[in-house]
Amino acid sequence: MGSNGGQDLQVLIERFEQGHATAAARLITILENGGEPAESVMDRIFPKARGAYRIGFTGPPGAGKSSLVLHISQLLRRRDVQIGVIAVDPTSPFSGGALLGDRIRMQRLTGDPGVFVRSLASRGSLGGISNCTDEVADLLDAFGKEMILIETVGVGQSELEIAETTHTVVVILVPESGDGIQAMKAGLMEIGDVFVMNKADHPDSELAAKEIEDTLRLKNVPDGAWIPPVVLTSALEGRGIKELAESIEKHHRYLEEEDRLVEKRRRILRSRVRSAFMDRMERKIWDDPSVREILSERIGDVYEGRLSPYRLVQELEKRVKIE
Amino acid sequence: MGKKIRVLVAKPGLDGHDRGAKVVANALRDAGMEVVYTGLHQTPEMIAESAIQEDVDVIGLSILSGAHLTMFPRLVELLAERGADHIKIIGGGIIPDEDIARLEEMGVSRLFGPGTDTRDIIEFIRKSCADSVS
Amino acid sequence: MANLDYLEDLGFPGEFPFTRGVYPTMYRGRFWTMRQFSGFGTARDTNKRYHFLLDHGQTGLSVAFDMPTIMGYDSDHERSEGEVGRCGVAIDSLRDMEIHFDGIDLAKITTSMTINAPASILLAFYLCTGEGKGTGFDQMGGTIQNDILKEYIAQKSWIFPPEPSMRIITDILAFCSDHVPRWNTISISGYHIREAGSTAAQELAFTLADGFAYVEAGIAAGIDVDTFAPRLSFFFNAHLDFFEEIAKYRAARRIWAKRMRDMYGAKDPSSWLLRFHTQTAGCSLTAQQPENNIVRTAYQALSAVLGGTQSLHTNSMDETLALPSEKAVRIALRTQQLIAHETGVANTIDPLAGSYFIEAKTREMEEKAQEYFRKIEELGGVIKAIEKGFFQKEIGRAAYEYQKAVEERRKVIVGVNRFKLEGEKLEIPILKIDHQVELDQREAVRKLREERDNDKVARELERLKETAAGPDNLMPVILDCARCYCTEGEIIQVLKEVFGEYQEPPFF
Ligand SMILES: Nc1nc2c(ncn2[C@@H]2O[C@H](COP(=O)(O)OP(=O)(O)O)[C@@H](O)[C@H]2O)c(=O)[nH]1
Ligand SMILES: [Mg+2]
Repeated sequence: MGSNGGQDLQVLIERFEQGHATAAARLITILENGGEPAESVMDRIFPKARGAYRIGFTGPPGAGKSSLVLHISQLLRRRDVQIGVIAVDPTSPFSGGALLGDRIRMQRLTGDPGVFVRSLASRGSLGGISNCTDEVADLLDAFGKEMILIETVGVGQSELEIAETTHTVVVILVPESGDGIQAMKAGLMEIGDVFVMNKADHPDSELAAKEIEDTLRLKNVPDGAWIPPVVLTSALEGRGIKELAESIEKHHRYLEEEDRLVEKRRRILRSRVRSAFMDRMERKIWDDPSVREILSERIGDVYEGRLSPYRLVQELEKRVKIE
Repeated sequence: MGKKIRVLVAKPGLDGHDRGAKVVANALRDAGMEVVYTGLHQTPEMIAESAIQEDVDVIGLSILSGAHLTMFPRLVELLAERGADHIKIIGGGIIPDEDIARLEEMGVSRLFGPGTDTRDIIEFIRKSCADSVS
Repeated sequence: MANLDYLEDLGFPGEFPFTRGVYPTMYRGRFWTMRQFSGFGTARDTNKRYHFLLDHGQTGLSVAFDMPTIMGYDSDHERSEGEVGRCGVAIDSLRDMEIHFDGIDLAKITTSMTINAPASILLAFYLCTGEGKGTGFDQMGGTIQNDILKEYIAQKSWIFPPEPSMRIITDILAFCSDHVPRWNTISISGYHIREAGSTAAQELAFTLADGFAYVEAGIAAGIDVDTFAPRLSFFFNAHLDFFEEIAKYRAARRIWAKRMRDMYGAKDPSSWLLRFHTQTAGCSLTAQQPENNIVRTAYQALSAVLGGTQSLHTNSMDETLALPSEKAVRIALRTQQLIAHETGVANTIDPLAGSYFIEAKTREMEEKAQEYFRKIEELGGVIKAIEKGFFQKEIGRAAYEYQKAVEERRKVIVGVNRFKLEGEKLEIPILKIDHQVELDQREAVRKLREERDNDKVARELERLKETAAGPDNLMPVILDCARCYCTEGEIIQVLKEVFGEYQEPPFF
């Protein structure tokens, strides 16, 4: 986008509104690249979002996230639901490049204009999704997609941001040694609304599913709270897909009762505002000339061991005024 | 954050020789690009749709089966039909000179022969993206 | 050399553990088989060529199939478009196979078919062709590659997921043990693993691991190891690092013999023998200064001979670029004849035995392979390792590493990154593809579908579906499907409905 970005944007938005995939795709790129242009896009897009339901798919690499996203998409398409898929893969910390491979599994959706699949690189975010995932979901929502399926990176650790982005989190595990324990350690047990024991074509899957159930039952839950079901699936054989879809719908209905969904949407938006604000403040503070100045003056003392890092922080803090 | 070059690497045809496609995908990733890898057995329809949704700058195809004269023109046509002819197409494989000339005339940006240095591919992509992103 | 027990580790040629060769006299008794593959076009074209070859004294035929046949699509399937008859012959049904072998006595020849995922079907077509000529299954001999594991690992011409694929293979093993005893049921192939970019040690280890997996699957299916093990053979690559390649072949024999005897309890000594075919490395040929490829191929062929191969294919210098020219094919064959008749290397059995370097290198290759076997074991076996992308990642990394080494000139490729010809223009010859082959073949399938008994076809396909879903051997019903002219694509489609289709995750 050149100097006449404003005009280009206008054209893009118009084409977007007419339903052109090329325009939607380009707008996503602008969102990914961030900064002022992304904010302008959001100004135009956000009011158009119609409240698409967002479902997160997380779990260790190779558990079958992409395969199940494909199956669920196919099932929803048979019901004529418009689908957006966002698949996140990690950015290499060394080169800044990324290999995005989740589309391989989505090839069967080719040729269906009711599906839009986009791969995102995590671009330095550590929470299992890209920093712009929310915005890309908003955009797909505004593009007319009714359900947005989001697949996380799946490198295992601390992929918890998905819970702050989606309405139903599906945690996918496989009956291999220690998956359940790993999941617990990584905090996945806390964020899952539906648990899937995939690869049910392998032996031990029922046992492994029971283990997860037992672990879930150990948690103290208040009366009337949602108790996450454990669904056995085989993405390979296409088994358990209907049950998984039903569990997701059940959770959806549960949220719709007593305005829980409204509450959840608000919580998600609040947390988005918070984190966007924090990001902005962080950048602003860190780039502030007086902060820079003190830092460069005093960091030497920290290097030399004369000043603890925390004392320097206190000095910096005094410089920041929030009125 | 800023702009990243995005490239789709795909391997059309029924044969499974993906060594070259994978080596190139790795090299582009290591050069800081975002590579959407759709792998084997791709039809021109699949490639065009992926390239559009992913908003890639460049499509790189590896063709060994000799089907280049059907594959490339079909892709050029599909992209044009869908208003995505800004996406550049490059290719690698065993392609006779005569055909190279014809394909480049039809709108394929560049074809790389056997024994190509991946750094040449990277440089070509960077240059052609610098032209279009201003 | 420390810890080298002559008898334990080397033995004499033709004796356990066969490090020095599988036969006591090796090439002093008989040269290796000089087997050059070829074959393109329609079944009728190939048939003419076969008659010519047979008239000139050849007794073994090889069949290379086109990509649609290899992937289980009929010639009129949309995915076949542009690829019919392109790099091999198109066989859609028993009808094509009958034309292919028209006028040829299948009891008098042996046939080698390079086919994997749909091997059971092509074998059925072949057996039914013989049957139609009054030749008994037990009179027919030949080879199918039928090595599906290396497809997942490297060559990627798969159809079904690994587990049902292994079931098809054990069905073939069992059926052939009982009814087609002269058939070589699996040619366990490292060639493609190497072409995909693996190192020599990976080629050795992954190929043997595949071999073990087949043996274990056969035993688990209740087949006596000594009935099928002698019918397994191997297919290796001959790459550039001369001594490493020789060590690879020697280590392979030793590892196989020990494992077969000591772990799988094979009692028949022929179950212990690792017999192998070798092809020189296609991936080592360069488009630059193509004549240099003659020299590369010669050294590679020599390493295979010094390593004790049973048969050998030497590549033509222009093979990477196009269909080889007649002259190039002749030079490739002459290369083998030169080694056999002029160099004298065949007069001595395993002439490098006892060389410190060779024995140490053989040991090193063996140890590297053992290390890989341990890793594969830890991952839960070959199939689990495939599902986890272990092999694919190892090979992908090795290929990328190799490419970087070449680009950074840590590895010299003559004519490519050093000793270049200034201003050399690559000449890539035009591939003339006759589109008529495809049109004819499509028309032929269409006609076949009209003429055959379609009620019978539907009934047999239904039976196939039931059998596939149950425990019984698939071969008898596949043969019945073949007999009533079900097409390959129809049979595959039914099996896909039961078994599913494999799709590889992106492994890097
Ligand atoms: N046996 C079996 N394999 C599966 C199943 N689901 C997925 N897979 C395989 O597991 C691998 C990883 O699947 P993928 O969906 O890419 O996992 P992701 O990394 O979590 O997205 C692929 O080889 C799939 O074919 C299943 O239910 N059973
Ligand atoms: Mg995935």
